[in-house]
Amino acid sequence: MGAVSEVARVVVASRTYADFASEATFEIKKCDLHRLEEGPPATAVLTREEGLHYYKTMQTIRRMELKADQLYKQKIIRGFCHLYDGQEACCVGLEAAIKPTDHLITAYRAHGYTFTRGTSVREILAELTGRKGGCAKGKGGSMHMYAKNFYGGNGIVGAQVPLGAGIALACKYFGKDEICLTLYGDGAANQGQVFETYNMAALWKLPCIFICENNRYGMGTSVERAAASTDYYKRGDYIPGLRIDGMDLLCVREATKFAAEHCRSGKGPILMELQTYRYHGHSMSDPGVSYRTREEIQEVRSKSDPITLLKDRMVNNNLASVEELKEIDVEVRKEIEEAAQFATTDPEPPLEELSNHIYCNDPPFEVRGPNQWIRYKSAC
Amino acid sequence: MGLRRAAVAALEGGLLGRVPVPSSAAAWRHAAHFTFQPDPAPSAHGQTQKMNLFQSITSALDNALAKDPTAVIFGEDVAFGGVFRCTVGLRDKYGKDRVFNTPLCEQGIVGFGIGVAVTGATAIAEIQFADYIFPAFDQIVNEAAKYRYRSGDLFNCGSLTIRAPWGCVGHGALYHSQSPEAFFAHCPGIKVVIPRSPVQAKGLLLSCIEDKNPCIFFEPKILYRAAVEQVPVESYYIPLSQAEVLQEGSDVTMVAWGTQVHVIKDVATMAQEKLGVSCEIIDLKTILPWDTETVCKSVVKTGRLLISHEAPLTGGFAAEISSTVQEECFLNLEAPISRVCGYDTPFPHIFEPFYIPDKWKCYDALRQMINY
Repeated sequence: MGAVSEVARVVVASRTYADFASEATFEIKKCDLHRLEEGPPATAVLTREEGLHYYKTMQTIRRMELKADQLYKQKIIRGFCHLYDGQEACCVGLEAAIKPTDHLITAYRAHGYTFTRGTSVREILAELTGRKGGCAKGKGGSMHMYAKNFYGGNGIVGAQVPLGAGIALACKYFGKDEICLTLYGDGAANQGQVFETYNMAALWKLPCIFICENNRYGMGTSVERAAASTDYYKRGDYIPGLRIDGMDLLCVREATKFAAEHCRSGKGPILMELQTYRYHGHSMSDPGVSYRTREEIQEVRSKSDPITLLKDRMVNNNLASVEELKEIDVEVRKEIEEAAQFATTDPEPPLEELSNHIYCNDPPFEVRGPNQWIRYKSAC
Repeated sequence: MGLRRAAVAALEGGLLGRVPVPSSAAAWRHAAHFTFQPDPAPSAHGQTQKMNLFQSITSALDNALAKDPTAVIFGEDVAFGGVFRCTVGLRDKYGKDRVFNTPLCEQGIVGFGIGVAVTGATAIAEIQFADYIFPAFDQIVNEAAKYRYRSGDLFNCGSLTIRAPWGCVGHGALYHSQSPEAFFAHCPGIKVVIPRSPVQAKGLLLSCIEDKNPCIFFEPKILYRAAVEQVPVESYYIPLSQAEVLQEGSDVTMVAWGTQVHVIKDVATMAQEKLGVSCEIIDLKTILPWDTETVCKSVVKTGRLLISHEAPLTGGFAAEISSTVQEECFLNLEAPISRVCGYDTPFPHIFEPFYIPDKWKCYDALRQMINY
């Protein structure tokens, strides 16, 4: 095996970059439109660099989620863990279409977004295992991860949507041409506060892209059994909407570029429905097969897997070679292993952290403890 | 210093003396902070069957739906049996128009439940976790609680019962471990009930469903599987607003509800063995309206009171009990009333074993009260 890969590496090294195309154009699925005259373009251009970057990012997220699954089963990660594998095209596609200065908020299936918004894998895994090297100092866990311009990571279903509108208002107010992507799932789409937010965003023309990640199941309930209307992109009623194939990264990217342009030009909010799929159950305590068949999961995996889709496109259009992508896989695996090592060996946050960051306080105050003789100091 | 090492050092080196400490990290994180002690099987209600807490809830709901043809159960995922298996088999038995799922909308669930109850049908709503009850808070406090009062008794939603899993579970973190009974205790017009065991749960739940006032029934989720008892198969009712003295004593009164009752039972045993102190244990059961008479009578006898709950200290229900008891029994008190509760922080993720008022903290508080 070693000899074969050695030969492959030599072959790859001897092929110069001139052997690969620098870019290729792909036809992408048309989006369903609601209250829009035109939609995103029907073709997308993918450069070799972009393709390799997207591939690496998606593969990293995939492997990171699988590693989290493994660590959870070993009881090194405890509590709740909602995995994102299968939906990678959504977070990578969205990030590809917006700027780092734009804002994003999502619900609890947030590991992918935490990564695309700039947190390292080791910080994410350390947060899952509850160590002080975690991105929220080990105090948040799976559902509460944050980064610059990424507002989490929210546990209560639908509660993040009004927040997203608020962020969008701030964007408009500061006038720096920034927008806010407010994500929620098909289950949350039935929450009252989401509709309250639609109204506010449309009334005040907030630069907010509402994104419904429709993975067909709200925990164990399929969309047909939860919603009177499963056309989530139309549920904004007076807000224009798009329905997009969320398994195709290029579709997501082009649609988001279109939506971002809509918001930035001051036309107000817009709604995107990403039709996607999650391979794992709702969380680690859900096997994911009591409300859907294994055949269904297998079918999606074989026909619409976002990473395979990208890989096939790149290889078939001479943007990259199979060996090159395999090398990226090896690199990613190594990175994840190291991160997992860090996450399992980093110490837990010190006890003092229990009482920190309750309030913003100056000077420090005493946190009342379990009985009148135990008090704890909130130092910051 | 690591969390575990600090806690171990505090336990071993401290005034409590040598206490058994789990040997490995895995054992530490999986050891429950209490031991469930089942009550003897009740003999007054006919044949009994071994059931755990969620099975006793299913049995209660089964009895309720059988007896009352207007009773309906609804909530998120109740049709297939519920995320904690409390409604297993009910849809098959009673039909899909009596046991049905709602979409993900707590405010809608409770509002809808109030509507069902106002027409006179019995509505049993499930909120998937007590932590999610807050979108429904307005409906409960502003609508359900005040319906009878504001209509001059023309209308009421007394046939509404809301059930929710409650309390810490070992790995729940911020949004799957809360104990919000104190928020609802502040609202006249509703009843708040928390059982400690399967036998209690079935009897109290059936009483809540029968009760002509809107009731909130919190079920300690950590006991769903851990608590197993012989529970009567037929209906039986345990009266609301009556606290129960589980063990008589002469030196200290300890009051708790739900899971914490089992913690203070352990503390009472420890106190008897190590300090020769005789403790009276009271399970409050109904938080609102609470049985002031039983508690005050006990404190008059013993002179010392310790109240314990998982919810944060400030504004927790122990504060209400403490305040009332000092009003009624001021001259009988030998020591300040002790409240052993959670810290005033959000319910933590990694710090849970340190946050909860476990038996060591209760024991420590008790000791300090005895030596006052």
